[in-house]
Amino acid sequence: MDARFLRNVLLKGLLLFLVLDLLAAALPSGVGKLSLYNHLLDGRLRFPFGEDSARSYNLSLFDLDAMFASHIIAAGPKPDGEYRVIVIGDSSTWGTLLRPEETLAGQLDAADMQTCDGRRVRVYNLGYPTVSLTKDLMVLDYALRYNPNLLIWPLTLESFPADKQLSSPIVSNNAARVDELIARYDLPLDPADPSLVRPDFWEQTLIGQRRALADLLRLQLYGVLWSATGIDQTYPADYTRAQTDFDADITFHGQSGPDLDETQLAFDIFEAVLAAAGDIPVIVVNEPMLISAGENGDLRYNFLYPRWAYDDWRAMMQARAVSEGWNYLDLWNLVPADQFTNSAIHMSPAGQALMVEQVKLSLQNQICP
Amino acid sequence: MTPVYIVVFIAAAALLGFVTHDRWRVNLLLAVSALAVYALQPALPVRGLDFYLPTVTLALAALTWVLTTPREMRSWRANRTAAVLLGALVLALALTRYLGFSLPLTASRPPQTQMVLALLTVAALLGLLIARFTSPGKAVLSAAFVLVILLFLLLKVPALSLQLSLFLRGLNEQSLTTASALDIRWLGFSYIAFRLLHTLRDRQSGRLPPVSLAEYVTYIVFFPTLSAGPIDRIERFVGDLRRPPVRAAADWGEAGKRLLLGMFKKFALADTLAIIALNGTNALQVRTAGWAWVLLYAYSFQLYFDFSGYTDIAIGLGRLLGFKLPENFNAPYLKPNLTQFWNNWHMTLTQWFRAYFFNPVTRALRSGKKTLSIPVIIFTTQLATMVLIGLWHGVTWNFVLWGLWQGIGLFLHNRWSELTKARFASLPLRWQKTLNVGGALLTFHFVSLSWVLFALPEPAVSVRFFQTLFGAA
Repeated sequence: MDARFLRNVLLKGLLLFLVLDLLAAALPSGVGKLSLYNHLLDGRLRFPFGEDSARSYNLSLFDLDAMFASHIIAAGPKPDGEYRVIVIGDSSTWGTLLRPEETLAGQLDAADMQTCDGRRVRVYNLGYPTVSLTKDLMVLDYALRYNPNLLIWPLTLESFPADKQLSSPIVSNNAARVDELIARYDLPLDPADPSLVRPDFWEQTLIGQRRALADLLRLQLYGVLWSATGIDQTYPADYTRAQTDFDADITFHGQSGPDLDETQLAFDIFEAVLAAAGDIPVIVVNEPMLISAGENGDLRYNFLYPRWAYDDWRAMMQARAVSEGWNYLDLWNLVPADQFTNSAIHMSPAGQALMVEQVKLSLQNQICP
Repeated sequence: MTPVYIVVFIAAAALLGFVTHDRWRVNLLLAVSALAVYALQPALPVRGLDFYLPTVTLALAALTWVLTTPREMRSWRANRTAAVLLGALVLALALTRYLGFSLPLTASRPPQTQMVLALLTVAALLGLLIARFTSPGKAVLSAAFVLVILLFLLLKVPALSLQLSLFLRGLNEQSLTTASALDIRWLGFSYIAFRLLHTLRDRQSGRLPPVSLAEYVTYIVFFPTLSAGPIDRIERFVGDLRRPPVRAAADWGEAGKRLLLGMFKKFALADTLAIIALNGTNALQVRTAGWAWVLLYAYSFQLYFDFSGYTDIAIGLGRLLGFKLPENFNAPYLKPNLTQFWNNWHMTLTQWFRAYFFNPVTRALRSGKKTLSIPVIIFTTQLATMVLIGLWHGVTWNFVLWGLWQGIGLFLHNRWSELTKARFASLPLRWQKTLNVGGALLTFHFVSLSWVLFALPEPAVSVRFFQTLFGAA
């Protein structure tokens, strides 16, 4: 080994790295679609999401390709005898503090329902723990390639404020997809919004993408532990219960009532979700929430909503449901306050079961009227 | 060791590799190594302890040098530079508490300067007393030997560590309720203890070469080998230290290769495998035998890549400095039997135990009044050696069981080898190769199953995991 040999090794190594780096930046990336899930590893029953990876065997990432590739819905072509139901929504749908089988999708799937023509109803949890109608639209837009037969869409007022639509990290870090959605559905969103993260050329090199690439690798590794243990979330024995006493604050996203400004709510995006679903039947569910009887409970239902704002929004939804003929379930006050866990929309398994019963009736009507 | 420290160490080693002047070289290596003792020490919840422990490391090294060095060799004139340098470094680090910002040289803000001065004074007085009134006699060296082992036990027996933590917290008027055995994490002491014991024992037997204070302390706390070995022998180390480094392209190439390989093993392979490797939590969560084996295999390879990666980094750093440190691993998982596995896994540790425990005990048993049969002697010494190696990792029942497992395995292989040696040699080469492949697979699984005891905290969890592995859970 002489100096010349060492110099050549160093130069060739650097050159090779440089070429690979620039190629990675220049070529379109679809690396997220490469996945061990559904091949060597069990598909996940809900999207990857979590911060305490070492204990939850899960992690949050922004690569929609990778998220879907890790999900059991991507296991293969839809079987002939399957009636495919997808459930989109927020953390309540994803199932914070619930095991996969305890979520709305999990309990509906376990109900082993059948359509009149004998197809088995399989229900897939496509919830993701952030509140934004744009996020729901993005997930549905992607999910359509898996040929769903029916969409269940639990939602809450917190998904509607126009100023929140792009602030969800999964939305802001998928600017190209948002551009497509804006163009296709003529959404009232600004492509130049600074919330949207647009990587420059250098951020698309291997070095620029190192964090995203590491996340993809970690997603595969945590898939081993998911497959081995069936755990995808931590379940602390003790946690802070949802707040039931409040300050006398009645503002909602800068508004103080008495009427909610409809122009500040993203009904256009809501309509876009229904348009995206096309011929696929949709069950829209106003998800249950905690109704507090604590301090200032006469002003606020819970931490999220002052009473005036929520009542007004609920009335708007009800009116639109009637005028536009939605299949709409308003389950806002279905679940007792003691069946909520760490937030005003996160339910215990028993609370979730109450919701499941109502949704099941509606689903039954759809699959076998 | 974090990647940042490794990069800093590479830069330091590359620069120090250019220093060829004898005295400069040894004193600079001493200074950098002494600083590394502080820099690598993890932060501890007991106030000031993460400064005192490195200081005690340096004091122990210096005092042991006084103990192991013949009177005529410990002249103040010849060693004053090293002594002053060590004292000045400790004091300078202690004075950083008055800076308005924290330096990455200590884990937390150094304690009160007067306390550090008091500690230095006590160490200096102790050194003077030992130098004045003792010579390296057998009794004094034995007492020092026992003292190092007692210190080792204090760190490795959780109940004793907890008591020490309670005592130190009491002195500091800190909360006793949060005391834990983990409060006393002394960076590299396991390896430092081996080096101290080696020199004490070699002084007793008259094999220790005369070395200066600077050489001795540098050997004990040599920064590339501080946290994970290998455990070098002082005569070999000092030979390299006294030889001016050769800056040939081959050395740079070899150093670069080992450093890159080591970092790849540690940070790409081991740290990745660590995510899915067996641990006390997932051992109880895994649902099927197949996945349990996956976690166990991941642990086996993580352990190997982690440890051999650090060794490669140490050897690479050493090479930059002109040292040829001993190898610690030689493809151990490819060896066809357990004896060969242990001749190629953590080699410097097994060599240490062979030299200072196995061989002396075997000799003692063979020459004892009551003659024991060879199998009984082999069984006794192998079992005792492996249990001691187990206990070196931690004084828990699982490490005792792990030692028994390895000791019994080594004994069984020894007997099997005695029985079949002649027959094996007479087999055609093709058959020998096939049997070696089978042997390697068997050995790998025997070792991997023993890692269950190594990785998990207690026997009950281990038994439960064994049941899962074999479908009996």
